[in-house]
Formats: sequence, C-alpha cells, structure tokens
Amino acid sequence: MALFLTKRFLQALFVVFAVTLLVAWAVRLSGDPAIMLTGGAGSVTEQDLVNIRNALGLNRPFHEQYLGFLYGLLHGDLGNSFVGGTPVTQLVAKALPATLMLAAAAIFVSIALAVPLGIRAAIKRGSAEDQAIRIASLAGLSFPNFWLALMMVLVFSILLKWLPPSGFDGPVSLILPAVTAGVINTAANVRLVRTSMLETLSAQYIMVARAKGLAERVVLYKHALRNSAIPLVTYVGIQFGNLVAGLVVIERVFNWPGMGSLAFDAVAGRDYPVLQGVVTVFAILIVSVNLLIDILYGLLDPRIRTE
Amino acid sequence: MRASLLSRHRLLSIELVLGGILLAVMLGGVLLSGWLFPDGGEAMDLRARLLPPFVNAAHPLGTDPLGRDVLARVSTGGWISFSVGFWSVVGGAALGTLAGLVAGYYRGIAETLLMRFADVQLALPFILLAITFAAVVGSSVSLLIVLMIVSQWVQYARVVRGSVLSLREREFIQASRAFGLPDARILFVHVLPNAFSPVLVLMTLNVANNILLESSLTFLGLGVDPLVPSWGGMLADGRTYMQTAWWITVFPGLAIMMTVLGLNLVGDWLRDNLDPTSKLP
Repeated sequence: MALFLTKRFLQALFVVFAVTLLVAWAVRLSGDPAIMLTGGAGSVTEQDLVNIRNALGLNRPFHEQYLGFLYGLLHGDLGNSFVGGTPVTQLVAKALPATLMLAAAAIFVSIALAVPLGIRAAIKRGSAEDQAIRIASLAGLSFPNFWLALMMVLVFSILLKWLPPSGFDGPVSLILPAVTAGVINTAANVRLVRTSMLETLSAQYIMVARAKGLAERVVLYKHALRNSAIPLVTYVGIQFGNLVAGLVVIERVFNWPGMGSLAFDAVAGRDYPVLQGVVTVFAILIVSVNLLIDILYGLLDPRIRTE
Repeated sequence: MRASLLSRHRLLSIELVLGGILLAVMLGGVLLSGWLFPDGGEAMDLRARLLPPFVNAAHPLGTDPLGRDVLARVSTGGWISFSVGFWSVVGGAALGTLAGLVAGYYRGIAETLLMRFADVQLALPFILLAITFAAVVGSSVSLLIVLMIVSQWVQYARVVRGSVLSLREREFIQASRAFGLPDARILFVHVLPNAFSPVLVLMTLNVANNILLESSLTFLGLGVDPLVPSWGGMLADGRTYMQTAWWITVFPGLAIMMTVLGLNLVGDWLRDNLDPTSKLP
C-alpha cells in the first residue's frame, strides 16, 4: 500500500509540474505583455516599456521566471495581478469557494436525478421506459451548456420571473447555474447507476432480501443502492475535471464570481499571472481529487494496489 | 467480427433511426446551404427587422435585428461547426491511433510516456487550454482545431493501446511475427483493423463534443471570428435581444442540440453494436 501511495503521489507531482511548465510557456508566447498592457498608446516611450518589463520581471530569461513561479507556488505565492497588483492568491481565495459551492450543488443535482432514473431504467430493463430514459439522458448531454443556461434564464427569470437571472445573492441564485451544470452531467451517471444496479440486483443477497418479504423499496434503496454507489462515487470523482471545465462557461453566463469568471476577466485584461494562477490551481484541484479517488479505490479494492 | 455484428438483435433500434434522421436533416441543411441560400444569410432587409418566426413565408424562422434571415444564417453557420468537428477528430484519431499502436505493440518507454501524457491531459481540461491560448495568441478556427487535437489524441491512443495489448498475444499476430512480416505491415494490416471499432465510436462522440466546445468558445468570444456566421456567434448576438426576440437565441441552439444529439445517438448505437464489451464512458 505504501508503495502504491508513493507511486501515485509522485505521478501527481509530475502532472502538476508538467501543467505549470506548459502554462508558463504558453502565457509567454504572446511576445511582449508590456506592449499589450500599454495598449499601443502613443505617448509610451521605449523607456516606459523597459520600466514596465523590469517592474513585472519580464526581462529575466524564461527558466528564471519559471523557477521563480515554482518557488512562489511552493510558498503559497502565485505572484501579483498585472492589473491593480492584487496578489493572485487573494483573488483565487475569493473565487474558489464560489466555484466549489457550485460544483457541489451541481453534483447533488446530478445524483438526485441520476439515481432514481437509473434505478427505474434497471428495473424496467429493455422496456420502452428504459429506452425513453436512455434517450432523454442523452438529450441532456447534448445541450450546449451555455444555451441551456440562456434557456433557463429565458423561462425562469424572464417569463416566469421566479429566479434571478444572474449574480451571487444567497441560495436562490445558486439554483439556475447548479441545475444547468447538473443536468448536463446526469447522462453518464444514469447509465452507470443502471449498469451497476443490474449487476447488484442479480446478486444472491438481493434474492434473499426479497424472499424475506422485504418491501421492494427497501430492497432497492437500502440493500441494492448501497452497493451500486461505489462505482458512482468513483465516477463522479473522475468526472470532476469535466464538471469544472463546464462550470467555467456556465459561471460566465450567470455572472457567478468563481474561478471561471476570474479566468475570463484575466483573458480580457491580458492579466497573465492571474490566468496562470487560475489554471495552476485548477490543475492541482483536479489532480488532488483524482489522487484521493485512487487512494479511496485502493482502500476499497485490494486488487488495485497490488497491480 | 462481421458475423457477430450482423447477428446482434438491436441492429435497427430507435436510437439509430432517430439519430440518423437528425443527422440527415442537419447535415443536409448545412451542406446544401450554399445552394439554398446563395447570399449566405448576409442579405439585410432593414424593413423586415426582428420578424417573429412562422408568420412570414420568406423568413420561416424570423429575422434578426439587421433583418437577416435566421434560417439562412443557421444553415450557413453550421459549416464552421461541422468543419471544426470533422478536422479535429480526424487529426486526433490519426495521431492517437499511431501513438497507441506504437505504445501497445512495443511497450517500454513509449508506453510510459503515453500514460504520463494521459495524466497531464486529464488535469488540463480543453476549455482552460483554449482560454489560455486564446488570451495569448488570439482566437482562430485553426487554433481551435490544433488545440482539440493536442488535448484529445491521448484518448484515442489509450483505447488503441488497450486493444493492441490483448491483440499482440493472439495467435494470428504471433504467427505474422513468426513469418517475419515487417512490423509496419503487422501493425497496419493485421492489428489496426481489429482495434478500430472503439476508435470509430470515440470519433463520433468527439465530433459531438467538439461542436459543443467550439460553439461555447465562440459564444464567449474566444472562438470563431464574430463576423463569420456561426451558431455560437449567433447566440452571442441574440443574447441582447432575448427578452424581445427569443427566436434568435432558440433556433441556433436547437441546431447545435439536434446535431449533437444525432451524433450521440449514432455513437451510442455504434458502441452497442461494434463493441459490446467496451468500457468507454
């Protein structure tokens, strides 16, 4: 087990290292941020540009800048925003909880939809209802997320005036973005619940439970679901990267002040340290969640760690 | 392979019929756009601004704020989505299949490298990669396609490697090796045809996925040039008019959804029929 953990941990470290290197290289492809920042204003002299480059540390060679970034990262410092000079860690600390809150709500919505639908499809296997659930969940997967977001706003904010169209005021404003993200992530989960329920329902202990005369609801939700939940939990973790990628877009449509909005503002303002910080934090987050799942999986299933 | 394919009982399912109809309608409408709408949906008629749909025979889906026909623009705008979907998948599959063949057949360092690439790719979702590059070098269709290839080839490589790992131990491959056939011939003539069905499934599902990604990025102003008609661009333009003219945002979105649903249904059917044991999500 110790060997398995060390190996996974080293792999995770390597991934974070590779991602930071790639992103650091990418944000410096642009040529000269100093020119971008001054926006080609006529009154800028060559000396001004030199001063800006010196002040932002852009005159140093790439490997020095990158090592500086890594050193900062290890000390919890992601540099300062080009615009306004706020430390990137402060901006991230404000945006990350909003994104995580939305992610958790979206996972909740997706499971709340997927479990009953998946169980229903498994019980009625091969029936028209099974087909209908399958096609409906595929349809959910086929919505462009930003369009679904717009349609939700059109129906629930503009026509019915039930929910606020955007912003960040209490739990009410969480509903639309969470449902949008949740619906799109439901399709794969429905299928997973269906397959693993089918597997569990053919087990002997389910037959015993039914033979004892337990109510079907107890058999399904208490006995069968518990064992079908393990693959679901794992899959939700594996899907985490996809989920946050989707949130980046959804946040933008709903003006949700999370990491996605932070990234888009950074793009608009050519604020490379913020962009670099956001992508790095996302990568660390995704890698940690996957590492956690690997560990959990290794604990649950001894065959994996000896592989 | 062929015999088992024909004997599957779900060969003609509702998924194939529905998906096939959706795809035929969307592909037909987009491929024929040049013939159906020679002006490319650019003709403006300022006397016919913001016409609602289903009332005017000349503009069945209504018009936008500049008096341009929504149907013509939806039809023309599909070109971009289809070409991004097509080229990104062809490029990704070609590169990934080659890498997967090499990694699975020779194993060793190639395999290790591939698996580490796969880890990195998982940690860096395409949308973040696209945002970063769009911020730095500006957005364009060809950049989108290149980034999709860069971020997706690993998926193909992984499924091909998986198939090759079991194929290389099979008798007919060992026999080819014993005959002294060159590796290239073994890989492309004997291994590849037997490893290709999951690639085909993945390609179909990724065309769908990439059409969604392209339209999201264009909608956010980081994809296709706003002056070129595209589904994402139309949605971005229509957003301002959502309260008064819902049809400008509803129809391009429906076009995306019908295309993607068609592809997903056909992909699903392919997965069931070509590859019943597949572990693809």
